[in-house]
Amino acid sequence: MTTLTQSAHNPSVRNRFRGLGPHIILVAYTLIALFPIMMIVMNSFKSRAGIFGAPYLPPNTETFSTIGYDTVFARASFGTYFLNSFIVTVASLLLILFIGAMASFALSEYQFKGNTLIALYLSIGIMIPIRLGTVGILRLMASLDLVNSLLGLILVYIAQGLPLTIFILTAFMRQVPTELKDAARIDGASEYRIFQLVLPLVRPALGAIGVFTMIPIWNDLWFPLILAPSDKTATITLGVQQFLGQFVSDWNAVLSSLTLAMVPILILYLLFSRQMVRSITAGAIK
Amino acid sequence: MQGTARLSHRRPFRTHILVFLAPAVIVYTLFMVIPLLDSLRLSFFTTTQNNQEVFNGAQNYVTLFTDPLWASAFQNALGNNVKFFLIHMVVQNSIGLLLASLLATGGRLRNVYRTLIFLPTVLSVVIIGFIWRLILNPLWGVTEGALKAIGLGQLYRPWLGLEGSALTTLGLISVWQFVGIPLMLFYAALIAIPDELIEAARVDGASGWSIFWRVKFPLILPTVGIVGILTFVGNFNAFDLIYTVQGALAGPNFASDIMGTFFYRTFFGFQLQLGNPTMGATVATMMFFVILVGVLIYMFLWQRRVTTYEL
Repeated sequence: MTTLTQSAHNPSVRNRFRGLGPHIILVAYTLIALFPIMMIVMNSFKSRAGIFGAPYLPPNTETFSTIGYDTVFARASFGTYFLNSFIVTVASLLLILFIGAMASFALSEYQFKGNTLIALYLSIGIMIPIRLGTVGILRLMASLDLVNSLLGLILVYIAQGLPLTIFILTAFMRQVPTELKDAARIDGASEYRIFQLVLPLVRPALGAIGVFTMIPIWNDLWFPLILAPSDKTATITLGVQQFLGQFVSDWNAVLSSLTLAMVPILILYLLFSRQMVRSITAGAIK
Repeated sequence: MQGTARLSHRRPFRTHILVFLAPAVIVYTLFMVIPLLDSLRLSFFTTTQNNQEVFNGAQNYVTLFTDPLWASAFQNALGNNVKFFLIHMVVQNSIGLLLASLLATGGRLRNVYRTLIFLPTVLSVVIIGFIWRLILNPLWGVTEGALKAIGLGQLYRPWLGLEGSALTTLGLISVWQFVGIPLMLFYAALIAIPDELIEAARVDGASGWSIFWRVKFPLILPTVGIVGILTFVGNFNAFDLIYTVQGALAGPNFASDIMGTFFYRTFFGFQLQLGNPTMGATVATMMFFVILVGVLIYMFLWQRRVTTYEL
């Protein structure tokens, strides 16, 4: 204590101490952000007695147990849910990026009547959430016989993802130098070929948009719950939600299923976090 | 110059433009615009007993605003939603700004902090909701234990189960999850401010506090607006968290009911009440208007008055 008060008179030490202030706040907040998640993951590897007896301690030889995971694997079709989520997310994502890139290319490359109008029309969806059209979507899906099908979900997610994708990609495609495209045109390339040439040039933008489009689709509860609630078409988010509802008093199973549901997205996040962060900061600077 | 380059390949009709645009416009129109318009249209219809849709004028809206049962439920949901939004606006966005400004001052560990603080944001709301249900559960008692450890044990209550605190608790859970978004946006805006500007203010003798409020904050005002409108649209469209933690009935005694859960119950029904698509469409239309008003305020009152500085 005395050293602290003394050091306050020494400017260099005081600066170092002031530099510590932000770290204290950031460490404290990081702990708040991680504490609940750590508690769940840690306790999922314990016996019931361990979960309630010593919740804050990591599993030891006495409390270690995988009984929760055994229940989950025996009772829930997590494999199916996972596959459904995977199909829906990947298909939607690829189509959003491809269809979106095509439209952005047209809007950024050509001057034609109605260009601004179409751009404006497509951007309404950035602000107005697609959920508000749920009544209409469910009726449409019923008439197309797409209720309880993954295709129905994919179509809705494409419509949901397109507006922002087109908005951002159009801005990026405008930055592609004209000389490059004109050179290709002189060489006799068709407009479709030029689109193929431009696509790899906006790959960083495609990657960033991809990550941000993917997460809400993977995590969505609303549309799987309304459009595809059957056990065969349930996504991982809906499957976990229903499983948790049934096994609410089986703490081992609940903790294990939560951990299992977190793992894929956490791995993906930790692998791509640097890229993701860079894309947000780069996009905002622009 | 670019204009002339573009003019030079103006031809009478160019099929490829149509080919490029058609898929996006068709999917977007078919699965987003038409269903939205269809929902608006349905809010002026009602279903008769033999399942016929008949035009009903503004009767659904009259019911929603004046029928004692409907009106009280609607006002409750709207009021709660406003409160839910204000909690985010005040708590989430201030914490986000504080953490972003701390991160922006540098330090070797900032990437680590940023990655870890953003982590809950990428998880599904369903998972987050359930995690907090367990963490706050009096049966498990880990929150009470943690509070006791810092000498605040007597403060613990089963917050999610009490009418007075359920909504605030849910709001704070959501803040905890999504604080990463304002954090990232503010952080990006702050690091874009040129160092010379800050240095000049420092040379003039400005303190860290006044540099922040007089130099940095005015420069990131456009981002403040973006964060505000994102928070607004996200909150008036929220559903997953309340549904996961409290169920479709948004208990206790509808204390945590917001527009999203009210819309879900109206459309699909719950317990003994049957679902009502046309009233559901009416509630959705009201949500549409609330969001539209927010967006218009942002576009015409905020964006026009805030000066964006080219940095």
